[in-house]
Amino acid sequence: MHLLFAFAIAIVAGCSLYLILSRHIVRILLGVTMLSAAINLVIFLSGRIVTNVPAVIRAGESSLSADAANPLPQALVLTAIVIGFSLTAFFAALALQTYRSLGSVDTRHIDAAERLGSPFPAAKDRP
Amino acid sequence: MTAFLTLHAPLWPVLLPIFGAGLATCLWKQRRAQRLVTGLCITLLLAASLLLLAAVYQQGILAIRFGGWNAPFGVVFVADALSAAMVAITGILAAAVMTFGLADIRRREEQAGFYPLMLGMLAGVNGAFLTGDIFNLYVWFEVMLITAMGLLSIGRNRARLDATVRYAVLNLFSTLLFLTGVALLYGATGTLNMADLARVLPETEPSINLTLSALLLLCGFGIKAGYFPLFFWLPASYHTASITVSAIFAGLLTKVGVYACFRVFTLIFSVEDSGIREIVAVLAAGTMLFGVFGAAVQWDVRRILSFHIVSQIGYMLLGLAISTQAALAGAIFYIIHHIIVKANLFLLAGAIHRASGTFDLRKSGGLMYRNPLLAALFLVPALSLAGLPPLSGFWAKFLVIDATFRAGEHWLAGLALFVGLLTLYSMSKIWMEAFWKKPVLPRAEARRVPRPMLLAIASLGALTLVIGFMPQPLILFSQTAAAALLDPSAYLSAVLPANPILEARP
Amino acid sequence: MNSLIFAAFSRILFILMLAVSLFVLYRGHNEPGGGFVGGLIAAAGFATLALARGVDVARATLRFEPMTVIGFGILAALLGGLPGLWLDDSFLAHQWAILGSAHIGTTLLFDIGVYLVVLGGILSLILRFYEGL
Repeated sequence: MHLLFAFAIAIVAGCSLYLILSRHIVRILLGVTMLSAAINLVIFLSGRIVTNVPAVIRAGESSLSADAANPLPQALVLTAIVIGFSLTAFFAALALQTYRSLGSVDTRHIDAAERLGSPFPAAKDRP
Repeated sequence: MTAFLTLHAPLWPVLLPIFGAGLATCLWKQRRAQRLVTGLCITLLLAASLLLLAAVYQQGILAIRFGGWNAPFGVVFVADALSAAMVAITGILAAAVMTFGLADIRRREEQAGFYPLMLGMLAGVNGAFLTGDIFNLYVWFEVMLITAMGLLSIGRNRARLDATVRYAVLNLFSTLLFLTGVALLYGATGTLNMADLARVLPETEPSINLTLSALLLLCGFGIKAGYFPLFFWLPASYHTASITVSAIFAGLLTKVGVYACFRVFTLIFSVEDSGIREIVAVLAAGTMLFGVFGAAVQWDVRRILSFHIVSQIGYMLLGLAISTQAALAGAIFYIIHHIIVKANLFLLAGAIHRASGTFDLRKSGGLMYRNPLLAALFLVPALSLAGLPPLSGFWAKFLVIDATFRAGEHWLAGLALFVGLLTLYSMSKIWMEAFWKKPVLPRAEARRVPRPMLLAIASLGALTLVIGFMPQPLILFSQTAAAALLDPSAYLSAVLPANPILEARP
Repeated sequence: MNSLIFAAFSRILFILMLAVSLFVLYRGHNEPGGGFVGGLIAAAGFATLALARGVDVARATLRFEPMTVIGFGILAALLGGLPGLWLDDSFLAHQWAILGSAHIGTTLLFDIGVYLVVLGGILSLILRFYEGL
């Protein structure tokens, strides 16, 4: 089970790295989102997957039953998902703004920051 | 009241900026009210961070818990000498930079939410300095990251968007590496509290997961701090933001990565036992050397300074690589000195831009005749950065390099001296081109530099001089902080309750 | 979007979504739900309105600037944490009052804060997306 899980994570992480290496900003965004999903699974796996009783304290009891799942990784994953969500939202807005003002989402055309104060003459100034 | 304030001293430096950010966001359209709230909040933040420093100085390590949960289970904030010093310097820097900002922040930036973002970022920085829980550290890193991206992209011109994209991708990736490291660490030990990790890890048998976790954390913090092969995003993005933002980024953000490295690789892992000393040493050498070479070919003041951030980070990393008490003390001194000086140099770049109308050194000139005060103010941080006595940079470099020699790493120490020489070259380049050279474009009168700008630059410069002429208290403080880093028993006993089995709350 | 049916139903959908979001928000402290999910549902309601009848209608229905909503959310969440600082010596230590069968606690205030932050955050983002459509 763990091995299967590990392979699945490896595949997701591999795909996401492939996407991150792309030149297209939206693909990079998708890659980062997928990578954070893969890492959430790693956190989940770190908490050991053994039981299938949800980590909820039953009415009338004051502690978790011994065979309940580990609630901490769930809390961590939840936090990571929320943070990843807000970062994805910001990045999407950034990609949109970039497209609107630079007219491209290809990183080869996005070089405005490098032109500022580059020691070398800018590409368009060259003969 | 005072007792209450002191009891919760580690809470205020984080709570105040969050409160200010919330209030400033409520007053979205009222720029004047936002400015007032921010000014008040920064003043209180400065007071709170100095209070924390005083409290830690008197009472030793302070720990507070959140949500009524005790240490290994709940989130704790821990202020030891290092954290308190970092928070205090953050408060001082925020006050100085926002004073500068009075004359620098434009209306459009205010409308785009400059103040809430800045306060949110300060909260993130202070949270990262104070937290005692490694997952919580990740959360504060993300708070810092998202507000920093907001601040970078605020003007929405082409260069800034480009810079934000670079910054966002690389830093998102770094926090993801960090998170993976945390996940593996949790898998191996079953705890996230840093003090508890320090207690549990020596009893855990070494495994590939722990080694991987250490390396991932090093890479994650390394991207954030701008270590050698991972720094390329930094000089490609920092120079585009407005000077107020650049200065605070240059002073604080990379140092948060350095701080996290120091915390994790002294408290949880140690540089020696995890076998990464050679890696860290090579990284330090590369960071120093490539940063300074990068700076040597640049002509834009801000880019020169950005590359110098990288090179100076190398010195701090050098302290971590040596990891003796003297080296760590030197590195802590270095961090404090560097935050003040580097932010001040960025502010000066802004003032140079104001006076000569350009950031490009080839086009500016003649400022020494037109604006001798600015020239004098420039000399203090510039010479301090290059490490000339009797300024603060001399003591910082002296402490680090001396410790390196004593540890027998002569090639590293020699390299550090060589890099210091090249730093002097870059600083004299700015001096020659912007101040000394005859002006390239004839203009009758240099434009005046607004008073708030000069005030901020002068106060940070004065701080540099004070540290330079009276280094002894700060050196002693750094040595205490370094001793506390190397012997975490006080940290552990402050955070963890004496009896490890705690009553369970329903 | 020019669908007549969608436009006609959007008001009802919006009210339904808002009601459900508030229910989910309140339900959150003992059962699945809470401020984050509630805020998302409410944001979906406003998004429906914006898609069907235009961004201006959605903005007018919200009354406040989305950013202001975030600000109020942050303040509410902070206030929810403060009582514990006095009563239990620990920030965010939540205090409870039992009124008959209902438990009212400072967590509810905290959750309302989260709800508002999520609502404001999502809306400030997607309304800007939609304005470009």
